[in-house]
Amino acid sequence: METHFEHELNELKQRLLEMASYAETAVRQAIEALTTRNEQLAVAVRDNDAILDKFEVEIDEMAIALLARAPLASQLRLVTVAMKISQNLERVGDEAAKIAKRARDLCRQPPLKAPPDLSAMATVALSMLKAALDAFVNHDPAAARAVIQRDIEEDTLHKQVRRELAKLMMENPENVNRALDLLTAAKCLERIADHATNIAEEVVYLYEGQDIRHMPKA
Amino acid sequence: MTAPVLKPLVVGSTGADRDASPPLIEIENLSLFYGKAQALKNISMTIRERVVTAFIGPSGCGKSTLLRCLNRMNDLIPGVRIQGTVKIGGHDIYGPDVDVIELRRRVGMVFQKSNPFAKSIYDNVAYGLRLQGVKKKAELDAAVEQALRQAALWDEVKDRLHESALGLSGGQQQRLCIARAIAIKPEIILMDEPASALDPIATARIEDLIRELKKDFTIVIVTHNMQQAARMSDYTAFLYLGELVEYDKTTKIFTSPRDKRTEDYVTGRFG
Repeated sequence: METHFEHELNELKQRLLEMASYAETAVRQAIEALTTRNEQLAVAVRDNDAILDKFEVEIDEMAIALLARAPLASQLRLVTVAMKISQNLERVGDEAAKIAKRARDLCRQPPLKAPPDLSAMATVALSMLKAALDAFVNHDPAAARAVIQRDIEEDTLHKQVRRELAKLMMENPENVNRALDLLTAAKCLERIADHATNIAEEVVYLYEGQDIRHMPKA
Repeated sequence: MTAPVLKPLVVGSTGADRDASPPLIEIENLSLFYGKAQALKNISMTIRERVVTAFIGPSGCGKSTLLRCLNRMNDLIPGVRIQGTVKIGGHDIYGPDVDVIELRRRVGMVFQKSNPFAKSIYDNVAYGLRLQGVKKKAELDAAVEQALRQAALWDEVKDRLHESALGLSGGQQQRLCIARAIAIKPEIILMDEPASALDPIATARIEDLIRELKKDFTIVIVTHNMQQAARMSDYTAFLYLGELVEYDKTTKIFTSPRDKRTEDYVTGRFG
């Protein structure tokens, strides 16, 4: 039978999953606004960022109330991990909002000729985020470990995009502003992948009790 | 200019990592029977010097029985049979040449219910010393003061040392019992739920005291209160149905135990 405490832990988990779905949607919509030059969507994503901030505060409050009752073992890990995951999701929301802001500014200028393709970066970042959260839901630390390995892939793509943007800026000073906007958006995607990695590390700790942060990836 | 060399961080609420402290108590294949009933099943573990080791587990799991094996208190119970060895400082305490009285001087004990003698505060603390033949007043005075100071009781009782110990509060009485135990300078102090009858403030004082005492003594404590074990001890042993299920650093036991039975117990699923 589920105890009252377990019931509250489940509520915390549910709230976190709700927050996660908002964060994923924010990233997806920010990317869509950027790639389809949809200014209206970009503005909406920025406005929605406050929702994730509220989630973060609410999850912290729930977690602190649970910590006051001194949980132990897997229950202690779940509460502390929930706080860390929610913080990472809030930052994911911030990155999505930054992408949206760059997308809005880019919509107001003519498109660059032959801009670098950010879609590969976007795909990797989104799929890492989704996989990390799925690993949390499915109690699957092995899947979480796989997410961590993919961060290198995102870093490689990021470097390539940066090189292409530097080249565009050197070719024509008129490209610089737009290229800088894209550079910022690319950096945001790279950071989203980092947050997905952090979340995956927390999932490993949650289910295996092993702290694998700051360890060599390969 | 050379970069400053950073000191390594010392992690953990109980101070330095005490992995390095030498083993003091070595328990090997210890089984204990009350008549036909087996209360301890083949227990092997090593307890390190000057750390706090907690025994936890549900009622009847054998934790108090195991504690009492360490100063042969179980000898007093009729029908008890013991197999295996318990060595303290390398010597088998169940060996034929062991002086049990001397063993219990080296391995002191504090019980759940404080049990001061119906004597003055001073006489309670001096009791063991007098039994050992200490007669000089100056020597007794110094030892009583030191023990009461170590037990964090001196400031509260220094002006009424010759009043009855029974006039002290429950928490003070328990600290007096600790003072009485440490006055004869044991190496090891066994504590059987020393704070379970106390209010939260008195409990916190006892816990503080135990953390202080581990600088000088090796402490083994039985507790029902898992948060207490988590707060005070360096190592925790989980016993279940007479078996030592898991024994590890306290942080490990309370954040990520290996055995499912430990997990279930510390998260309150049974016990």
